[in-house]
Amino acid sequence: MNIINIEHIAKVYQVGSEEVHALRDVTLKINQNEYVAIMGPSGSGKSTLMNMLGCLDTPTSGIYDFKNVSVSEMTDNELARIRNKEIGFVFQTFNLLARSDAVHNVELPLIYAGVTSSERKERARQALIDVGLGDRMHHKPNELSGGQRQRVAIARALVTNPAIILADEPTGNLDSKTGEEIMALFHEIHERGNTIILVTHEEYIAEHALRIIRLKDGLIEKDETVEKRYIPKAKASFV
Amino acid sequence: MSSILLELNEGLAIAWRAIRANKIRAALTMLGIFIGVTAVVLMSTAIKGIDNSLQNGVSALGSDVLYVDKWAWFSNDEWWRMRNRRNIDMEDFHRFKELAKLPSAIAPVTNSVQTIKFADRKVENVFLNGSNSDYVKTTNFDFALGRFYSEVESNGSRNVVVLGSEISIKLFPRGDALDKIIKIGPVNFKVVGVLTEQGSTLLGAFNPDNQVFVPIGTIFKNFTSRHFGTVTINVRAASPEMLEETKAEAEGVMRKIRGLSHSEPNDFTINQQEGLTNFLDSITIVIKIAGLFITSLSLFVGAIGIMNIMFVSVKERTREIGLRKAIGATRRTILTQFLLESSVICLIGGIIGLIAAILLSFMLNQFFPTSVQYDVVILAIVISLLTGIVSGLAPAYTAAKMDPVDALRYE
Repeated sequence: MNIINIEHIAKVYQVGSEEVHALRDVTLKINQNEYVAIMGPSGSGKSTLMNMLGCLDTPTSGIYDFKNVSVSEMTDNELARIRNKEIGFVFQTFNLLARSDAVHNVELPLIYAGVTSSERKERARQALIDVGLGDRMHHKPNELSGGQRQRVAIARALVTNPAIILADEPTGNLDSKTGEEIMALFHEIHERGNTIILVTHEEYIAEHALRIIRLKDGLIEKDETVEKRYIPKAKASFV
Repeated sequence: MSSILLELNEGLAIAWRAIRANKIRAALTMLGIFIGVTAVVLMSTAIKGIDNSLQNGVSALGSDVLYVDKWAWFSNDEWWRMRNRRNIDMEDFHRFKELAKLPSAIAPVTNSVQTIKFADRKVENVFLNGSNSDYVKTTNFDFALGRFYSEVESNGSRNVVVLGSEISIKLFPRGDALDKIIKIGPVNFKVVGVLTEQGSTLLGAFNPDNQVFVPIGTIFKNFTSRHFGTVTINVRAASPEMLEETKAEAEGVMRKIRGLSHSEPNDFTINQQEGLTNFLDSITIVIKIAGLFITSLSLFVGAIGIMNIMFVSVKERTREIGLRKAIGATRRTILTQFLLESSVICLIGGIIGLIAAILLSFMLNQFFPTSVQYDVVILAIVISLLTGIVSGLAPAYTAAKMDPVDALRYE
């Protein structure tokens, strides 16, 4: 099933009197249960594309259909609803609420979805168990290691059962061993049937995916299937 | 509907967590609101107190009583013009009493200021009210002890005295005034009655509590010559509705007594409580406006403090706002969250301020009339909530309209 359908989208920013073409003409489709890595040097437009895919931003021109619904003309509130229900974000810097424990961090998107407190707690606990943090429910971010923090963030992304997981440099702030564990977790999540879009600039991280889209100067330079896919050896669900 | 409640509930939880995370900052901000609310509430209880006190004092004078006097209480006429008027004497009073048919009671009043002594206690500058036994009918006096002096005592100019409550307390702290002999000036008087507390301390010497009442003849005999002072004729209408009619009659009677022709103006004034009320109102309105304005300024300063802190709070939590937006918070949700935060800060500060103001006004009541009413409680809560919302609006709006992409990237 097709989830994302982008046709000829462009994004132009006005910086002072100058127009910056972050994306020029990008066309791509992403189907359910794909594992896509988006790569490119800085300034290639990969951040802009990711913001677009994550419905954080709308294109200047072109078509963006998310599950056959046009995103291009959505209002802020409609975009917020799509982000809440359909997209799970994982950031390089985790972006957890420092003052809240793991359970509360994970239940956050459910609050905005209007889920009742008891159901929220239950689903947040389950998501934390799924990422292997069953014994860290009430730890605050500063009581957790970097890898554990990213697992909390992944649990937060998974808790709403979104159509896609959008991960922006998820291992960028982690050492290679922990990064490996996180990639193993993504592998497992993908195996369970989720769709993952990974933004990275590191080749060996990108090789965990099944498909790599390479951007350059706001255009797709290459859209290829990974031949020699890297299967992580680390065990994901246990820290 | 339930999602709005959920949002409010969560917003409150977030606000509470944010306040607890910055305890000192929140406490200092609350201090501003605390001071503002305390000042406003205290000022309004003081204003209420002044109002009540004046109202009591004025109504002790009686709303249905006219005072026929040489002097106008409130007048734009020049002072010397009134000074040149003839005194009203006892002769005028007797003729007035004969001619006026409408009043329910008529009494002559003249005054003197004397020092009063009993044993080793004394009160200086006491307002001496000299009248006849009908005087009590022109008032609403209640007696704590004894009675008013009788017609016989009044006609015979006996040395008997009725004490106002304050005077009685000062001279007889144990409340055993009845039948005691006190000295008014150099003259002995026997206490035949003590009034209950009548009115307000604000009216000063005009308050019956600070006066003593003696037969008018004793004043002429001992203190002021009959031919020297002027007499006020207190006239009580049969009912408040009859006041205007009684006033018209009194004016006609007085003009007749004085033998005034049509073209001559009155050489007397008929005073009434209304004039006093208007005069007092004109003074208190200035106090009220000035007081509320000054205290509102302190609240305003507190509100600026809140706004300042909320802007800082929004700036600090830019990334958090970005994250919340990324995972589905709408503009309204973010707006609500920050409005709730500033409201909670203001509400806590306001409630503490209210408690402080109530305690303070009880303490202040020893020296100054104050009156705490339940509407003040509502006022304080409304004011602090309103302050929270108004001062939180601009920062909350800034937060709500942040672009999630920029907010997430904010360092």
